[in-house]
Amino acid sequence: MAKIVVDVMLKPEILDPQGKAVAAALPRLGFTFATDVRQGKRFEIEVDGDPTPAQLADVEKAAEKLLSNPVIENFTVRVEK
Amino acid sequence: MKIGVVTFPGTLDDRDAARAVRHAGGESVALWHNDADLHGVDAVILPGGFSYGDYLRCGAISRFSPVMEPIIKAAQGGMPLLGICNGFQVLAEAHLIPGALTRNHELHFLCRDQKLTIENTNTAWTSSFTQGQEILIPLKNGEGAYMCDDETLAMLEGEGRIIARYVGENPNGSRNLIAGITNERGNIVGLMPHPEHAIDSLTGPSADGLGFFTSVLKALVK
Repeated sequence: MAKIVVDVMLKPEILDPQGKAVAAALPRLGFTFATDVRQGKRFEIEVDGDPTPAQLADVEKAAEKLLSNPVIENFTVRVEK
Repeated sequence: MKIGVVTFPGTLDDRDAARAVRHAGGESVALWHNDADLHGVDAVILPGGFSYGDYLRCGAISRFSPVMEPIIKAAQGGMPLLGICNGFQVLAEAHLIPGALTRNHELHFLCRDQKLTIENTNTAWTSSFTQGQEILIPLKNGEGAYMCDDETLAMLEGEGRIIARYVGENPNGSRNLIAGITNERGNIVGLMPHPEHAIDSLTGPSADGLGFFTSVLKALVK
């Protein structure tokens, strides 16, 4: 069954204190690869069968209205098999 | 004058808000999140707390509660509406005021008495104060950093829509030390600190918060 995945991230210009805290914790554990970390949210939405274009359009609307706050966040919608 | 105080699941400060209304000389009316009727109130307060456990984003679920529909309609028509802390977050999620509240820049939950300056005394909720008056009321939040884009910030500053600013060090990372803002008309106010916890010296650090509640009663008499 296919899954609709919505990823929500704070806009680049919005300070992300949680991501910063993670970025600061990594080197303490010996992981020195990260120059920056941003933390976001992922929604996995299940529908019956393959998502139709109409369903995907509705998910876009829902992502804009509820799953994200367009004032501070961006989102992407994709289908995962 | 009847002031409605909304209780969402997870609201904490509804009783103090109702007490503040009574202390100021108004009649408080309890409004339930699932009731789409405002029971004839003249103004509404969205109190602080953790409505819906702050799930998704603070205020994001409450904003779609049945009671919010008539509140939004009435407020757009000029009814005084005050959102305190979580209520401020609900106002932002409902896009009744610009911007958004995000996590404190230091990540810590803050709980302390905070000095503010009142910067706009022309709103329904701030007319009892004097311009530039310094007040001391509790501040307690985890997501109280006021964020907006540069254009919105310039507009808020230019139109005098910042009603209160933090004094001293920035407690939570809010842009331009913003503690509270108003809409264009001045009937809707969002405020991060808690005036309802500072209405007498027995229970609060001061009685400075009472001015918000006496202001709206004056506004309603006019």
